[in-house]
Amino acid sequence: MRTDTQAPAAESPASAGPVRTRRKLPRPAPAALYLLGLLAAAALSALTGFSIALTAIYGVVLGTLAVYVAARLVEGRRKATDRLVTCLVWTAFALAMLPLVSLIYTVLDNGLARLDAEFFNSSMLGVVGEGGGAYHAILGTLVITGLTALISVPIGLLTAIYLVEYGTGRLKKAITFLVDVMTGIPSIVVGLFAFALFALFFGPGIRLGIMGAVALSVLMIPVVVRSAEEVLKLVPNELREASYALGVPKWRTILKVVIPTSIGGLATGTTLAIARVVGETAPLLVTTGFVNGTNLDPFSGRMTTLPVFSFYQLTQPGFPPEFGIERAWSAALVLIVLVMALNVLARLISRFFAPTTSR
Amino acid sequence: MTLTSAPPAQPRPKRRPGDRIFAGTATSAGILILLVLAGVAVFLVTEAWPALTAPAADLPDGKSLGSYVAPLVFGTLLAAVIALIVATPLAVAIALFITYYAPRRLAAGLGYVVDLLAAIPSVVYGFWGIAALAPSLVPFYGWAERNLGFIPLFAGPASTTGKTMLTAGLVLAVMILPIISAISREVFSQAPALHREAALALGATRWEMIKMAVLPYGKSGIIGGAMLGLGRALGETLAVALVLSASGGITFNLISSSNPSTIAANIALQFPESSGLTVNVLIASGLALFLITLAVNMLARWVVTRRADFSGAN
Repeated sequence: MRTDTQAPAAESPASAGPVRTRRKLPRPAPAALYLLGLLAAAALSALTGFSIALTAIYGVVLGTLAVYVAARLVEGRRKATDRLVTCLVWTAFALAMLPLVSLIYTVLDNGLARLDAEFFNSSMLGVVGEGGGAYHAILGTLVITGLTALISVPIGLLTAIYLVEYGTGRLKKAITFLVDVMTGIPSIVVGLFAFALFALFFGPGIRLGIMGAVALSVLMIPVVVRSAEEVLKLVPNELREASYALGVPKWRTILKVVIPTSIGGLATGTTLAIARVVGETAPLLVTTGFVNGTNLDPFSGRMTTLPVFSFYQLTQPGFPPEFGIERAWSAALVLIVLVMALNVLARLISRFFAPTTSR
Repeated sequence: MTLTSAPPAQPRPKRRPGDRIFAGTATSAGILILLVLAGVAVFLVTEAWPALTAPAADLPDGKSLGSYVAPLVFGTLLAAVIALIVATPLAVAIALFITYYAPRRLAAGLGYVVDLLAAIPSVVYGFWGIAALAPSLVPFYGWAERNLGFIPLFAGPASTTGKTMLTAGLVLAVMILPIISAISREVFSQAPALHREAALALGATRWEMIKMAVLPYGKSGIIGGAMLGLGRALGETLAVALVLSASGGITFNLISSSNPSTIAANIALQFPESSGLTVNVLIASGLALFLITLAVNMLARWVVTRRADFSGAN
């Protein structure tokens, strides 16, 4: 019995003829070939005076070509196309990393020179040429960003709660759509809006810190709403229903069940929204103006913020220009560090509070 | 009699005062957003009105509003289109890299690194554009003028500072890259696993699988992401204001030092020193920008939501 059933199975591979083995490039071959192409490119560019840019351009072309031709010869057309695309995709990613690396290097290179104690504890009041700092601008940024958060976080969260918990029908659809539209408004237009709003009541020469905060709020609210909405939607309905079943009114359910469950996500979203707003320059340029001294009162007089400070120090560095330009770069560095710190903070918050839904 | 004939059909759900207050505040916060957006439009129109109605002779250069705004609109569109042409293929490739090519363990970290590009403030991009990108492109512009000068885009004379329309477009491309790639990435990772595995099981190579199963599924996501990127590029202000040397009128010459400015950059540079009717003219140009980006964004949302209707996800 057994032999009967096994016999044909043993025969069949033989009757199909010799098995065609697919020829394949060994695993490290593509990388090695690519490297070979890079070396050839370095040699080629050395012929006409060595330059890194030329090496990179030749290298990508030659390396890709080497991999493609080798795969074409050994593995056939389809595999070769696959390898070609793989090369292109890797190249694209490397190309995208280039600006990031170059940008961070440039800012560090130029900005570290003036990153001293004086930069942090003196303003530009009465400073001509050397010295001076961004004390007033850093404080201005903190005040205006704080005020912005104070305006937009409650409005944004309440809107998100409305959309998720209460909203129905047309109004909900309209608000969702308009929040999407608001996300896309150019920041300079928002600045003009805040200017137009205040100019209507206080005349065209008006420049106040609060105007900047209003403008930034218009930018920040939709970001808060979007992220809060996503997070609130993640809260499982069973939790809400359990709470209703115990006779808890809806508003207490939201306050005591829904929000505590999603607090980590809400905090992450808010932090990211603040990080986005901190670096905004354009709306502040037209609303808060620019001063050299420290002004902490957003309701009277002009205020300077870090991005605006940095912009003016670069474009109008005064004489001699190198000191202003150094201050501009240091301000840019502080700004990047601030934004990155907020981003990291957001990641940390989401990591520490994440598992609250699946307890 | 009346008591028995009209019993309430159902007990009304009890509305506690707390509920009413809470629902009221939440609803009014939502309505506030409607008002804000309406306010943006209304206040911009109000402040732009004097410029829209003023006779041409009163306007800053004695030109009509149309001939003042036209080069700006052209410059805005040109810079944004360059950015889009450069950024879209790259962003799609990066999205593919992170979703399907990168080593699994690194993918999330690499995605985060690309997102960092989006977090960098635009004024810093402007700094980088001036200090690093523009000078390093000068040799290329010289080469392009000598060898590609027959194409009107590279007619020259090549800028010696590198502050050209092409540089501005490239900076914008770097800025919108993370936006397009984030949306593409999301769509690509949602491509149905069954389709992908079926393609692979039929012996498709990885690229063939992507071509057959992922890209058709993600097409409208890519288009929507690209249009959102376009909207961002149209409104980008300071990077362009810093990088572009704006002195010319409408021209397709990308590498010379006389370029049309963009609406946003022009406002940022002119506004702080303007007064009187010039302010109104600038606000009118801002209104034009508002309308352009509004149209682009609405179109983008429409494309993206259309995909959501089609797809089986959610």
